[in-house]
Amino acid sequence: MAETTKDLEGVVLDEALSITLAELSAVCRASDQTVRLMVHEGLLRPLGERPDQWRFSGAQIRRARRAVRLQRDLELNLAGAALALELLDQIDALQARIRNLEFQLGSHTEE
Amino acid sequence: MEYKDYYKILGVPRDASPDDVKHAYRRLARKYHPDVSKEPDAEARFKEVNEANEVLKDPEKRAAYDALGDQWRAGQDFRPPPGGGTWHREYRFSAEDAGQFSDFFTSLFGGGFGRGGEDLFKQRGQDQTVRVEISLEDAYRGATRQLRLETPEIDKHGRMHTRSRTLNVRIPQGVTQGQQIRLAGQGTPGSRGAPAGDLYLEIAFLPHHLFRAEGKDIFLRLPVAPWEAALGATVTVPTLGGSVSLRIPAGSQSGRHLRLKGRGLPGNPRGDEYVLLEIAVPPAHTPEEKEEFRRMAKVFSFDPRAKLGG
Repeated sequence: MAETTKDLEGVVLDEALSITLAELSAVCRASDQTVRLMVHEGLLRPLGERPDQWRFSGAQIRRARRAVRLQRDLELNLAGAALALELLDQIDALQARIRNLEFQLGSHTEE
Repeated sequence: MEYKDYYKILGVPRDASPDDVKHAYRRLARKYHPDVSKEPDAEARFKEVNEANEVLKDPEKRAAYDALGDQWRAGQDFRPPPGGGTWHREYRFSAEDAGQFSDFFTSLFGGGFGRGGEDLFKQRGQDQTVRVEISLEDAYRGATRQLRLETPEIDKHGRMHTRSRTLNVRIPQGVTQGQQIRLAGQGTPGSRGAPAGDLYLEIAFLPHHLFRAEGKDIFLRLPVAPWEAALGATVTVPTLGGSVSLRIPAGSQSGRHLRLKGRGLPGNPRGDEYVLLEIAVPPAHTPEEKEEFRRMAKVFSFDPRAKLGG
């Protein structure tokens, strides 16, 4: 039941971040091969041509981790996980648009 | 501890076939998976469903669970039968699994972590994701958050404990909605000296009474008087960094967006603030005020519905 207090600074997974294939595999606890397959499936879009030149942004890290979890927990194959992520992206985009339109209409602040 | 009705959790009868169990699990896993579900308690529900599946899909565990009898009700206070050692014999889980299971599960099937100093696998700790709600002001200026985390831990006797930790975490300025911050090695501890998992903080913005954020950009609805919109004016506008002056061009209409460059969330590049003009009509109460509107009606040849036809 020990309690510890620490002051910590993390790494923001944003677009400024740029990591290699080996680093992404380690972060996701996945093999290099798994990450390569995710790139070939179009699920991840790194910068760079060849695998040794690939650089992944912070947003791609989040996406890769989600794909790994979906495959493991929902027993999906890679194509299924890719489809799920694309649809989830679309839902997020539509919801952002709805919130935006609601804001412009003022329906969220009307008292 | 509370008895868990695994059949009820999966919504299957006690004589469900392995196939029924599998399908019920898949259906519920899709519904409550934290990466997919928008349900507020998705994570807790998913853990429960996962645990029920772990027991009912395995013939040995299911038999041990069934042996408790069907007189138990969910939530009922449960004490493991005396001489519970027999229960613990066969099962062994990774530390990653253990973190996900309830006390009830652990009492039935044991931590299973090599009782009494048997050799354990070195197992890396699990990654944890925690949602952190912050205000837009915190995102603009940066902030420190105190987080209290419950971390499952396996002691040297193979028993599972929950340890509570408090972390002070720096939230850097310029984070955006949904962005994650990774704290390496701050997740669940590993077993037998293996490295700990990582901790991920997922940023969620609290609703703001004036602003709405989209990425690094900030949106504000700005009411203006009809004469300000028609003649142009310089008005004071709130931004996250304090008030600034904004020039409203003459001839502006409702719905016009004006951009305050660089007044959004900090970053490289910085976000902008978008000001959405909204013409507010002054209420006419006194005879003079009413007269003023009548005069306008006479002076302007203005048909606001000209484009509607008819």
